[in-house]
Amino acid sequence: MDNQTVLAALRAKVGKEILAVNEFRGDLSVTLTPAGYLAAAQFLRDDPELAYTFLENLCGVDYLGRKPRFEVVAHLTSMRHRHRVCLKVGCDEPNPAVPSLTPLFPTANYQERETFDLLGITFTGHPSLTRILLPDDWVGHPLRKDHPLGDEEIAFSFNQDRIYARKPFARE
Amino acid sequence: MAEPITVPTPQQIIEPAIAGRTETMVLNMGPHHPSTHGVLRLVLELDGEVVVNVAPDVGYLHTGIEKTMESKTYQKAVVLTDRMDYLAPLSNNLCYALAVEKLLGVEIPERAQIARVLLTELQRISSHLVWLGTHALDLAAMSVFLYAFREREQILDIFELVSGARMMTSYFRIGGLAYDLPADFIPTVEQFLAIMPSRIDEYEDLLTANPLWLERTVGVGVIDAQSAIALGLTGANLRATGVAYDVRKAMPYSGYETYSFEIPIGKNGDIYDRYRVRMAEMRQSVKIVQQATERLRELGPGPVVTSNRKVAPPPKHEITESMESLIHHFKLWTEGFKPPRGDAYVSIESPRGILGCYVVSDGSPKPWRVHFRAPSFINLQSLAHMAKGRLVADLVALIASLDPVLGEVDR
Repeated sequence: MDNQTVLAALRAKVGKEILAVNEFRGDLSVTLTPAGYLAAAQFLRDDPELAYTFLENLCGVDYLGRKPRFEVVAHLTSMRHRHRVCLKVGCDEPNPAVPSLTPLFPTANYQERETFDLLGITFTGHPSLTRILLPDDWVGHPLRKDHPLGDEEIAFSFNQDRIYARKPFARE
Repeated sequence: MAEPITVPTPQQIIEPAIAGRTETMVLNMGPHHPSTHGVLRLVLELDGEVVVNVAPDVGYLHTGIEKTMESKTYQKAVVLTDRMDYLAPLSNNLCYALAVEKLLGVEIPERAQIARVLLTELQRISSHLVWLGTHALDLAAMSVFLYAFREREQILDIFELVSGARMMTSYFRIGGLAYDLPADFIPTVEQFLAIMPSRIDEYEDLLTANPLWLERTVGVGVIDAQSAIALGLTGANLRATGVAYDVRKAMPYSGYETYSFEIPIGKNGDIYDRYRVRMAEMRQSVKIVQQATERLRELGPGPVVTSNRKVAPPPKHEITESMESLIHHFKLWTEGFKPPRGDAYVSIESPRGILGCYVVSDGSPKPWRVHFRAPSFINLQSLAHMAKGRLVADLVALIASLDPVLGEVDR
């Protein structure tokens, strides 16, 4: 399996939904519309010739200052063909949302929850989209570029009363 | 597939119980529990002693490593990778270094490549020894732990010899190694290689045919290949189901395609098969280390970092003699290097499964975004699928067999 075969198959299936194609250091990445992203993932998984049955990685990137601001990146691997393809989908403020891959790939569950938690991207169709790494009553999404580093004050015994006063979860 | 695979959240188990809609009991296991292998909290829904449902609650060790890396230069961010999977810091170093090297498009000298393979395979053995020791300890076989940690100590001594640190090595840098291997490196590794195969036999003598061990592991925590792939289970856990997928063979990196080794696989996907696969993997790793040692000896001394001075600093003696070298050194440590715009994803076979690193460069000396595909984090998703209908005691064995490292789960 090589990049051109996959790309040709994708073009034939969801050609209208492809916004950009990029090859960098031999890796193929395809940027799609939200509808095309879901259709492409389903096609790549279900097509017996392609068999991209393993969702290896899913994460989000905040390109602050660019339109659209957020991008969700999914790496699909075909264990049979030993080949990987990268699907990208953009989403923008005020309510960044992309379709969820969890119904297709159960492994996307935690990865989408992590992306939601840290970047604030909603995945429509996810069965239980809640925070996973941060406490449930946390305010903000720390991996966003407009969230400053060091914003979180570290609690020591001399200042913990003041800090915990605004953090209900710390007293549980 | 009979029923669709679900990955429950703690709230989904707690809320019906609080509302009094269930006849079952909800119990917290952890976060301070010796057999959760770290700060892992499990919310268990129990019917008597049978697990009806289980949801891991993670995040207690979240330190924002991915965010912190965005504020460091590429070279300085290496030290943070050690702190994720603290049982396999060299694998983390390697994955991150490979991703940045892919962005840069630099070539690594042969000696560094061999050293990387050699040390990550030693790392695999040491990580599997911790797994073996703690796994056996959880199932009340105390002595295996003492044997396993004896050999692990020897591997950590090798790491101390090469990098000065037993655990937080940061030895693989972008472009090669931090510094050359010491003169007595090869004899020390050979000493270890001479004893290790017989030591693996010793562990197997204690466990492989032990009736108590078989009773606790055979047919427990079974998962089939299809569900394992759907849930993203990787590493020895996946290979125990009979899927011969190993990144070292499927998409080789660091010259793995030139070594001769086999991928051990299981059949039933139970805890016993995972045990057999990891034990066989240790033997394969010994084989790879042997080949790498021979190659190092044949190759003799040579450069251990790329000659591209825009990426790696010049050797010390040059700095005092050449103005250009001094400038390179100064620019590298004050500003760093600037990879071209783009993104790169690299995955390696870490002791726990497929460890991936996704790096985005905006052309500045600091990474725009670094994301790690942490195998422990993703492997935990399959816990509920495997534990349903089993006893709580089986759950303890199951967590140990998945071999999660909570530093990597939470990052």
